[in-house]
Amino acid sequence: MTELQEDYPQEGEVRIPSGCAISGIFSRNGKRFGGQDAIRSIAVMHDRSNGLGGGYAGYGIYPEYKDYYAFHVFYYDNDAKNTCEKFFDEHFDVINLSKIPIRKHPRITDEPLIWRYFVTPLPTKLAASQLDEEEYVVRCVIKVNTDIKGAYVFSSGKNMGVFKAVGFPEDVGEFYRLDEYEGYAWTVHGRYPTNTPGWWGGAHPFALLDYTVVHNGEISSYDANRRFIEMFGYRCTLQTDTEVITYMIDYLHRKQCLTLDEVAHVIAAPFWSTIAMMPEERQKEYIYLRNTFASMLITGPFSIILGFNGGLMALNDRLKLRSLVAAEKGDMVYLASEESAIRIVEPDPDRIWYPRGGEPVIVTLSETGKKVVAAESK
Amino acid sequence: MAINYLYPDYEVIRNQQRCINCRVCERQCANEVHRYDEELKMMVSDESKCVNCHRCVALCPTRALKIVKTDNTFKENANWTGEAITDVYRQAGTGGVLLASMGTPKNYPVYWDRMLINASQVTNPSIDPLREPMETTTFLGQKSAKIRRNPDGSINTKTTPQLKLSVPVMFSAMSYGSISYNAHKSLALAAQKLGIFYNTGEGGLHEDFYQYGPNTIVQVASGRFGVHPGYLKAGAAIEIKMGQGAKPGIGGHLPGAKIVGDVSKTRMIPQGTDAISPAPHHDIYSIEDLRQLVFMLKEATNYEKPVIVKIAAVHNVSAIASGVARSGADIIAIDGFRGGTGAAPARTRDNVGIPIELALACVDRRLREEGIRNNVSIVIGGSIRNSADIVKAIALGADAVYVATSALIALGCHLCRTCHLGKCNWGIATQRPDLVKRLNPEVGSERLVNLINAWNHEIKEMMGGMGINSIEALRGNRLMLRGIGLTEKELQILGILHAGE
Ligand code: SF4
Ligand code: SF4
Repeated sequence: MTELQEDYPQEGEVRIPSGCAISGIFSRNGKRFGGQDAIRSIAVMHDRSNGLGGGYAGYGIYPEYKDYYAFHVFYYDNDAKNTCEKFFDEHFDVINLSKIPIRKHPRITDEPLIWRYFVTPLPTKLAASQLDEEEYVVRCVIKVNTDIKGAYVFSSGKNMGVFKAVGFPEDVGEFYRLDEYEGYAWTVHGRYPTNTPGWWGGAHPFALLDYTVVHNGEISSYDANRRFIEMFGYRCTLQTDTEVITYMIDYLHRKQCLTLDEVAHVIAAPFWSTIAMMPEERQKEYIYLRNTFASMLITGPFSIILGFNGGLMALNDRLKLRSLVAAEKGDMVYLASEESAIRIVEPDPDRIWYPRGGEPVIVTLSETGKKVVAAESK
Repeated sequence: MAINYLYPDYEVIRNQQRCINCRVCERQCANEVHRYDEELKMMVSDESKCVNCHRCVALCPTRALKIVKTDNTFKENANWTGEAITDVYRQAGTGGVLLASMGTPKNYPVYWDRMLINASQVTNPSIDPLREPMETTTFLGQKSAKIRRNPDGSINTKTTPQLKLSVPVMFSAMSYGSISYNAHKSLALAAQKLGIFYNTGEGGLHEDFYQYGPNTIVQVASGRFGVHPGYLKAGAAIEIKMGQGAKPGIGGHLPGAKIVGDVSKTRMIPQGTDAISPAPHHDIYSIEDLRQLVFMLKEATNYEKPVIVKIAAVHNVSAIASGVARSGADIIAIDGFRGGTGAAPARTRDNVGIPIELALACVDRRLREEGIRNNVSIVIGGSIRNSADIVKAIALGADAVYVATSALIALGCHLCRTCHLGKCNWGIATQRPDLVKRLNPEVGSERLVNLINAWNHEIKEMMGGMGINSIEALRGNRLMLRGIGLTEKELQILGILHAGE
C-alpha cells in the first residue's frame, strides 16, 4: 500500500457511494465457456467504471474439486499469510493450495499476494461446533476477515470462484487469465466509486459461500438493512451495499429457506397498493413477508445479479431506478446494465426484454444442465 | 402575611381605546380575571388569577387584549431566580408539594433540534412523493422469528396480533377525567378517520366510545380504574402503564372535583373521591410479575390483542426495555421526560427521567445487540412536536410515535400548564360542562386529521428527499442523521455521526 493510500480512509472505515456496470451470462444446459465473453461484455460499458474496481464470478469452474470449498484469499504480507494458513489448518482439511495464476498487466499494479485453497471442514471441529457445514464455513470466513489483519477471503463457495482487483474490469479479466477457465455462468462488475483510492477486497462481486452479488446502484436503506442483519451475526465490515445485500440474501435464502422469488419480494417488496389488488391468498403471503422482514426492504436505486450454484437471479429496485436488460438465445441467458453489453456477445438474441422493477428474473440449470454439470464433476 | 404576596407572573394589558365593553372576556375566562366595573363603566382585570391561556385574547372582537410577562422583578440573581424564590415562598406558606402540568418547561437540551436529516443527490436520486408511491404504513407487533410452511409448501402466514397504522403516529394516553368528553371524542373520531389509534389512558372507556374500539388502545394502569372484561375486549390493543415520562416513579392523582357524573361511572369509583393510582402496580414487583400480567391480559382476550407495555425513560431504561421485550409484550412504549401530564409534582416533572432521544437510541441499540429487536415494536413519546421529530425518531429506531401535547394544541390548548386546576378555558382539561362544550368534537377531530395529514405529507417529502420510498427503510437508518453541536459522548449514545463527517 502506498503512503498516499494510507492517508485516505480505507474501505470499511467510511461508506463510499459508487455507480457501476454489471453483466451476467448463463448456459441453462450447463455448457461451459471461457471468461472472455464476460470480459467483452463489460468492456463495452467501459465508461460506467472508473478503473477503481472490477471483478468476476465464474460457476462450474472447478469440477475436479467440486466437493471442496474454494477459498480465494488476498494477503498483504507474509505474516498475514502465515497466520491465516495456520487458522485454515486448524479448522479445515486443505486438499490443495496454490497461487492464483495471473498475467502481469500494465494497468494493474500493487497487487497483494493472491492464493487459492480447496478445503473441507475438519470433521471433529465441525462436530464440536454444532453448526451445519455451511454455517461453519461462513463463521470461519468472517473470523479471518475481521480478525486477521492483512488477510481477506474474497471467495468461499464450491465449484465457483470470484476474481477481482482494482482496475478496469476488462483488464482485471486479463490479469486473472479468465480465458483459461470454463464455467456455465459468469457475472462481472465494473465499479465507479466516487471517492476512494480503491482496495482490492472492496471490488465486486461480493461473495459468501456460493452466493455472489454484483450490484449497480446506491441504496438509501443501507443503515436500516445493516443494523437489522447484524442482529443475526453478520458484520458489515466493508460498509458497501453489495455486502449487506449478500448477507440479506444469505439470511433469507439459506437460513430462512425462502425461495428466490420470495427473497425478491422481501427485498424489493411490491407497494402496498399493488398488494391490495392481489387475490386473497397471495395478498396474505405478501403482507406477511413485508411485515415480517420489514427491515430488509431495500429502497433507492439498485440492479443486482445474484449468482449461486446452478443459476442466476437479476433484480431491480421496485421503481426501476437503474437500467437492467435481459435476453435469451437458445439455452443462453444474458443480463446486463445495457443492451449493448449483450449485443456485443450475442448480436441476434431470440428475445430481449426489460424486466419490471421488483420482478426477479431467475434462471436455473435445466434438467440436462444439471446432469451435465454433475457428470463433468466426476 | 406580606411575605406570602406574590406578584402575578403575567399582566393583562387592555387597550381601553379599543375595548367596547362587550364582556366577552368576562364570560370566557373561567379564572374570573375580567369584570365589568359599573362605576368606572369599563372592564377591569385581576391579573393575579390569570394563567395566560389566551382564551380572552383569542376571542376579543376588537383585539383589545394582550397578556405580557411582567417586568416586576426580584434583584437579578442567576442562582436564586425569581422562580426559585417564589417556590420557597409558596411552600413555606402552604407546606405542600408544588403541582404542575404539561411537560417540563425547563431548558434541557432538545436533541431533535441537534440532529439534521440527509438528502440524496447525483449518486442516488431523490423521489418525488407527488409522482411516485411513498409508503408510511406501519405494522406494530412481534415479527415471526422463523418461517413456517404449510404441508403444500406455502408460507404459514399466521402471526401474533398486529396493529396496522396508516401513519406511524398514535395519540397517546390521556384519560377521560383528566381531559373532557369532547376532547376524547375528538381523538377517537380522528383516530378512526386516520386509520390510527388513540389511547384511553387509565380512566376507563366511556360507553359512548365503544364504537371506536377498532381504533382504541385501552390502558390498564396501577389504579385499574374502569378495567373489566368488556373494556379489555373493546379495544384493538391493551396497554399496561408501568410509568410515565413526566412523572417516573410516582402514580397518578385525579382530584375528586374532576370525578363527577360519567367520569365516576366510567372509572367505576364514587363521585367526588380522589382517584389515586399507586406508584407501582401492586401485583408487579418484578419482571416475572409483569410477564404474568401480560399473559393474563392475553388470556382474557384470547390472544387476539397486542399488549403494549409503557415505561418511562429513566437511567436504566435499556435494561428495563430488554426485560419487557422478553416478557411477552408485543410493543414497548417509551415516554421521555419532556412528556406531558395532567398533573404532576413539579420537582418530579422537572428533574426525574431522561430525554426520549437518548432513551430511544440506547434501547434500540440494546435490543439489537441482544438480537431481540424483532420481538417488539418500539413506540416513543414525550414531546414530539412536528414531522421532523418523527422522521428523526424513526431514523433512530422507533417504529412509531405517540403524541399527546401536539394533539391537544391542535384542539386549542395554549399550553398554560394549569390542567390540574380543572378550569381549562379551551374545554380540554376540564369537566365543567360550560367549558367542555367550547370544544366541538367534529371541528376538533377535523383539526387533528389535518395535523396528522400535514405531517404525513412532510414525512413523505423528507423521505423522498432521502431517496427512501417506504417508512421501513427509514427505521433505524441512523446514517440519515447527523449531529450538530453535540459532544463525542452524545454522538456515541445516539449512534450517529457529526455533521461534516
Ligand atoms: S386566564 Fe386566560 S382567559 Fe383569563 S384572563 Fe388570563 S388569558 Fe384571558
Ligand atoms: S389543556 Fe387547557 S389547561 Fe391544560 S395546558 Fe392546555 S389550555 Fe391549559
